[in-house]
Amino acid sequence: MLEQFIFVGVLLVVALFLPVVLIGLAWLLRPKRPNPRKSEIYECGLQPHGENWVQFKAQYYIFALVFLIFDVEAVFLFPWALVYNWLPLYAVLEGVLFIALLAAALVYAWQKGALEWM
Amino acid sequence: MTVQQVLFFLFGAIALGAAIGMVTARKVFHAALWMLLAFFGVAGLYVLLEAPFFAAAQLFVYMGAIGVLIIYAIMLTRGMMRQRLPRVNDQWWFAGLLAAALLVVLAWLVWQHPWATTTAAAPADSLNRLGLTLVDPEGFALPFEVASVLLVMALIGAVTIVRER
Repeated sequence: MLEQFIFVGVLLVVALFLPVVLIGLAWLLRPKRPNPRKSEIYECGLQPHGENWVQFKAQYYIFALVFLIFDVEAVFLFPWALVYNWLPLYAVLEGVLFIALLAAALVYAWQKGALEWM
Repeated sequence: MTVQQVLFFLFGAIALGAAIGMVTARKVFHAALWMLLAFFGVAGLYVLLEAPFFAAAQLFVYMGAIGVLIIYAIMLTRGMMRQRLPRVNDQWWFAGLLAAALLVVLAWLVWQHPWATTTAAAPADSLNRLGLTLVDPEGFALPFEVASVLLVMALIGAVTIVRER
């Protein structure tokens, strides 16, 4: 089992190595002549105004929460889906009930306008 | 030392070091980032325990969803991002006393518990067994359905709190 994770480990090392090398190379090769204009925060070519730490709208929290809820749902449904072919009918219906309840919750959030992008 | 032992100490050190970094961070945003690194260390330990499903769930749910949720919560709170919070308040000695007492109790439990050890490999179909027990009425069918009700309640509660301004 652990042998299969060698590939994950190799990918992990590559994923750490590549950005470190690229950023390190850029840091080594670039000319270092900063001025206040250059050090300004880049904001899509617009004139930056205010602080860089700003407070976001509380409505965004609901997106994160909906994401969390459906993430947990996926974790519960994955083992169920894996043995789907060997399940008796009532066990399939249990999973369907699970999905239906959460679908109803999603419809409720949608109806309340909680998913509108602001 | 075998490779597994080296990896165990590496991931354990990541989890412990990140946890220490989290409680000593001066900015709550940095504490959240340290916490994500600690979650990653724990995921590595799950892999070493041959529980790949738990490792994936740790990455998906804890590092992914809960990490995003906590970072959002910090970014949504007024003044939370710039504040440099003091590390201790005037109740630090009492909290330290409680933590030390908890440590003693946990260490005693770990010490006197007869831990069952085995050299046999984890069964390859452990995830299939988990799926079958999860919907088995003799197993966890009721907690499985209650979990969905709990998730629905969390969603409705969140919608209600956000809408009422």
